Amino acid sequence: MRMSGSKIVIECLKKEEVRVIFGVPGGAIMPLYDALYSEPSIRHILTRHEQGAAHAADGYARATGRVGVCMATSGPGATNLVTGLANAYLDSVPLVAFTGQVPTNLIGTDAFQEVYISGITSSVTKNNYVVRRIEDLAKIIKEAFYIAKTGRPGPVLVDLPKDIQVAETNFEYPKKLSMATYNPTHSGHIKQIKMAAQSIEKAKRPVILGGGGVIISNASSELKNLAFKTHTPVTTTLMGLGSFPETHPLSLGMLGMHGTPCANYAISVADLIIALGVRFDDRVTGKLSEFASQAEVIHIDIDPAEIGKNIRVDIPIVGDVKRVLRKLNEIVEQRENVEWLETIEDWKRKYPLTYDNNEELKPQFIIEKVYEITQGKAVIVTDVGQHQMWAAQYYQYNEPRTFISSGGLGTMGYGFPAAIGAKIGCPEKKVICISGDGSFQMNLQELATAIGNNLNIIVIIMNNSYLGMVRQWQELFFDKRYAETTLKGNPDFVRLVEAYGGTAFRINKKQELYPVLEKALSLNKFVLIDCLVPEEENVFPMVSPGSSISEMIGVD
Amino acid sequence: MRHTIAVLVKDYPGVLAKVASLFTRRGFNIESLAVGHTEETGISRMTIVVEGDERVLEQITKQLNKLIDVIKVRDIQPQNSVERELALIKVNCNSLPVRSEVIQTVDIFRAKIIDVNNQIMTIETTGTEDKVNALIELLRPFGLKEVVRTGKIALSRGSKYISTLKNQAE
Repeated sequence: MRMSGSKIVIECLKKEEVRVIFGVPGGAIMPLYDALYSEPSIRHILTRHEQGAAHAADGYARATGRVGVCMATSGPGATNLVTGLANAYLDSVPLVAFTGQVPTNLIGTDAFQEVYISGITSSVTKNNYVVRRIEDLAKIIKEAFYIAKTGRPGPVLVDLPKDIQVAETNFEYPKKLSMATYNPTHSGHIKQIKMAAQSIEKAKRPVILGGGGVIISNASSELKNLAFKTHTPVTTTLMGLGSFPETHPLSLGMLGMHGTPCANYAISVADLIIALGVRFDDRVTGKLSEFASQAEVIHIDIDPAEIGKNIRVDIPIVGDVKRVLRKLNEIVEQRENVEWLETIEDWKRKYPLTYDNNEELKPQFIIEKVYEITQGKAVIVTDVGQHQMWAAQYYQYNEPRTFISSGGLGTMGYGFPAAIGAKIGCPEKKVICISGDGSFQMNLQELATAIGNNLNIIVIIMNNSYLGMVRQWQELFFDKRYAETTLKGNPDFVRLVEAYGGTAFRINKKQELYPVLEKALSLNKFVLIDCLVPEEENVFPMVSPGSSISEMIGVD
Repeated sequence: MRHTIAVLVKDYPGVLAKVASLFTRRGFNIESLAVGHTEETGISRMTIVVEGDERVLEQITKQLNKLIDVIKVRDIQPQNSVERELALIKVNCNSLPVRSEVIQTVDIFRAKIIDVNNQIMTIETTGTEDKVNALIELLRPFGLKEVVRTGKIALSRGSKYISTLKNQAE
């Protein structure tokens, strides 16, 4: 059937079962918006900034496991997406971004709102395309979705010159793709898997290290089966939170810079690490030469480039975590680890996560209460900073896709729009955004999006009037010289929310917390809770950058 | 250690930029880069010389393979390959003794004089990088005016070849 480029995009989106798009219109993408206007099956969420659209699509993708879609115009619209794309790239989130572009005959002339977004985003996308011929459009979109969601997922950008959006051609959605140059390895090498099984059977102090890859490949139950069958304790990275139930005795909690002492000690003395879908980020490993220095390392990952990138690997297995684990679970022998688990229990007893729970309204206390009142069933979306680490430490994540956070890029301003995306993807779930006064102000314009769409999200701001994590580093490593971390001129968040037509509360006392949370949950609408917390509270334990993860500040 | 890698890529606009920017971003230094068409329409071959140990080479190979437009990446072992570079050299020859000395040098190197007037001689040479370097150094005292080099290209010796088809046996 003959149709315009814009209509073709819409038809392709329908074929890809896209239900929602986050975006902001503008000159160069108007034909596409016009086609969207008469399409009832695709919902469009108008954010107030393109960065919000990219993060919302990202939050949607992480909460649902589907491909997130965002859309922006050329020039500034496109550049505003860049942080969101980089964020999705570093955390391997499947995203397809459409950008308008000036007409092909104006490309390269510095036309109004022209930037070379393909060049700008080439290092933060898995692939990107400039559609130069209308005949290629449908195939490119099919490829974009396929690349975004398969292998190691990631963002893909499709740049649509305005004349391509209006040009016409016969539409036919390709049924099959033949992509000779893109062919991810899914099933691991059986010989390697057998070697891994043997190593697991003879290890004395094995530890499973679960990362974001476990969640991406929906391999939580396979991970549990492996841990239960072989009685192997499990620690997770920040991205892996929720992949293994933290309330289970085999759980060590999170490892790394702000990890639990138990997890960091276990990794440091382990004789076998079974690493699943991780990339050994410096926030996880600390000093590389001392990380897991006594351990044989099994590394299972779908991206061959991650294997051996940062640490030496003894048994590399390239493949999809879920498929490899299924095979591994079939062949590995059941075993006990009585002594090793006793040592771990000992560490857990001696070095629990603690804070000075005095009369003040402590951020850690807030997180504990949020966990209590939601019974761990909420989707927690965080921003970046101290509150993020407290949310990681003091809430117990038992299910995958219940902790959504910017890990690799550490994007302040991610949390609130991502919570919007998560809520739209999972309307039946309680979505709680944990933010800070610094982070929240980096995308607070999305209050209009959240309130305008009647999204019952609860935003909890840990308000310490500081860029808290940077202040903590200044306290510890820069002689308390608080250069530009004091947030003078913070708004009155309650009145701000009210100005947008929403509901908000402010609390500064411990005993106010529970009733306010109860009320917020019962209202079933957007609620922001501004929590005035002690200004100079620190996140502990902490491994100083460059130190071994077994040397933690704040552990006696 | 220096490595010569052959990268087969789809001949699309922007592919060279993607490959080059990957090297910059990951902190790998390109020493030379030569690009041209292959026996297959739509496929280009880049010959890239990089400095780095085995680990660096492994990362480069893996990261290049992740680019969707990259078809194949191969490390070309110097002991099992032939490699050539072409250079055009403009050298001063404004007196008779100089001219005859330049001509002798060119002969020794089996290079070619491709343009000449009473001031300047233009010389073409092909060979290994070392040969090209040696010729340039010998010509330098006469007064080098301009040098242009293609960068190295390389093929493995014998019946082995890199197919432009993905995953085809070699």
